[in-house]
Amino acid sequence: MFEVPGLGDLNVAATLPVTSLVLGTCILLIVDLFVPTDRKHITAWLAALGIGVLLVLALLALGEITEFGDGEEAFSGMFVADAFTDMINVIALITALLGVMVAYNYLERTGIQRGEYYVLLLFATAGVMFMGAAGDLVVVFVALELLSIPLYILSGFRRPQEASEESALKYFLLGAFASGFLVYGIALIYGATGTTNLHDIWQAAGDIVAGHKSGRFLLLGGAGLALVGLGFKVAAVPFHMWTPDVYQGAPTPVVAYMSVAAKAGGFAAMARVLASGLSNFALDPGEAAVWQDTVWLLAILTMLLGNVVAIVQTDLKRLLAYSSIAHAGYILIAVAAAGTAAVADEAVQSVAIYLMAYALTNVGAFAVIVAVERDDATNTGLDSMRGLANARPWLAAAMALFMFSLTGIPLTAGFVGKWFVFKAALAADLIPAAVVGVVTSLVSAFYYLRIVWLMYFEESEVEVSTPWPLAWAIGVASVGTLLLGMLPYILTDMVREITLAFGG
Amino acid sequence: MTLNEWIFVGLFLMAGWMLPVVPLLLGYWLAPRRPNPVKKQIYECGVQTVGSAWVQFRAQYYVFALVFVAFDVELVFLFPWALAYNKLGLFALFEMAVFILLLVVALVYTWRKGALEWS
Repeated sequence: MFEVPGLGDLNVAATLPVTSLVLGTCILLIVDLFVPTDRKHITAWLAALGIGVLLVLALLALGEITEFGDGEEAFSGMFVADAFTDMINVIALITALLGVMVAYNYLERTGIQRGEYYVLLLFATAGVMFMGAAGDLVVVFVALELLSIPLYILSGFRRPQEASEESALKYFLLGAFASGFLVYGIALIYGATGTTNLHDIWQAAGDIVAGHKSGRFLLLGGAGLALVGLGFKVAAVPFHMWTPDVYQGAPTPVVAYMSVAAKAGGFAAMARVLASGLSNFALDPGEAAVWQDTVWLLAILTMLLGNVVAIVQTDLKRLLAYSSIAHAGYILIAVAAAGTAAVADEAVQSVAIYLMAYALTNVGAFAVIVAVERDDATNTGLDSMRGLANARPWLAAAMALFMFSLTGIPLTAGFVGKWFVFKAALAADLIPAAVVGVVTSLVSAFYYLRIVWLMYFEESEVEVSTPWPLAWAIGVASVGTLLLGMLPYILTDMVREITLAFGG
Repeated sequence: MTLNEWIFVGLFLMAGWMLPVVPLLLGYWLAPRRPNPVKKQIYECGVQTVGSAWVQFRAQYYVFALVFVAFDVELVFLFPWALAYNKLGLFALFEMAVFILLLVVALVYTWRKGALEWS
């Protein structure tokens, strides 16, 4: 007979950031039903307001001005509220806020303004936040679905345009397939350890490694399958095939949001499952985790393919899709580094830093594409950047900044992210991965800086629309990118609290 | 698991395969075969078959199907909950309230969207 939990065990207070988001989104879904079709800006405003309030609270929690259930468990260990949770909350909410701002006028002028957009976006955000707080494999899975399903729908939001529908269907079919891998992995891990709780898995894995418990191969298979499922979500090679098609077909503001949200969610899950639950799962006690070699090999493949194939792209959205694959590779290096126990904390912190830098930069870059895109979803080619600097100097400057940041040029957020990732990789003795990372960064400079070249040194007629929400989103993203680049200690001080490894 | 325990898994697997295969084979070997045109007709619940199967039909009812699945699963949860209610106490009441509330939100949404009207 199992112990019946009481209401006090729920500890709802610790889950407030995300549960209030879910509750608010449900209310917004109902409210939106009573908002007339031509006044959907009300829904957008309510969504932005809700995210804004939660973002302020999350920032306060991260700055530890208020301790919002720090280091606590809720729902009998299913939910963990620690510094990592706070950090993922902030990343998810910033992305969501920018996602609403980028989308609003775009949806209006392309005639797909529906209230569901904001509701789905908020649900996906809740999925990311749950992932950052997962203390149990079941929560990891449910959170991943809560993140993915709204994204499938959002990709097809431009109904009945064929490209958008195709992208939604591709994403859905492959995503459902990948979820199957993850569930099978979870089942095998459960079979080996007898639990789905990450802390208990960690203990059982310790017993298995020490030889007190059988099930080593079962656990190995489970870890492998879970890695495949999560690798799909973050677009790691060889599970990246869906990315270019989905990014190209889906409405651009959706891509701006999901390129970051899906990555933040996927890597939060990897951090929780690999760097936390299976951190001590080595072939012999005291060695680096058994999944480390696999992950850094994946990282190398991902960086190589993403960066090399991006060179030949002529469509901006497709180019940034390959670039997002490449960036998944850089973060994978940090995940691999977390397999070495001594470096684990540093590595997970660098994942958080990189995700934050990537969130600001990438949403910004896609926002610029939203500005140049026409109402019929054309003009997203490289040519659309031609002569932007003459027509709109500030917009071009912002785009140039985002491109520098994606390349990883100093004084931008991207540089800070790469710096900490490579530092963690060197500390964990992953020299090949770090070397490939640096070399492919140089390769990536070619296609990122070509965009800058097109903007500043070529001439063309330019037609751009930047209504104020979009302009503000680009402004916030570029200020954030610059600020993190020049004053990185703002962020590094915040992430210093993050420790995922279980002690003792 | 030790190797001996795996043998049971193998036995179960074989027994599982035999359960459908053996009756099928028995029927194949033992049944007399005297076909006639009526017997060879496509079976459609006793009704005479009309036209081709390759026709377009309205997929409108998928919304009903979705709503049905949602509430079907709700019942699957509700039933054991109601049976064990006395032992579970306030905690379970709270959990179930949250669960049903979320489903009600979905129902209100489908209702207001007009998805429940057949037109």
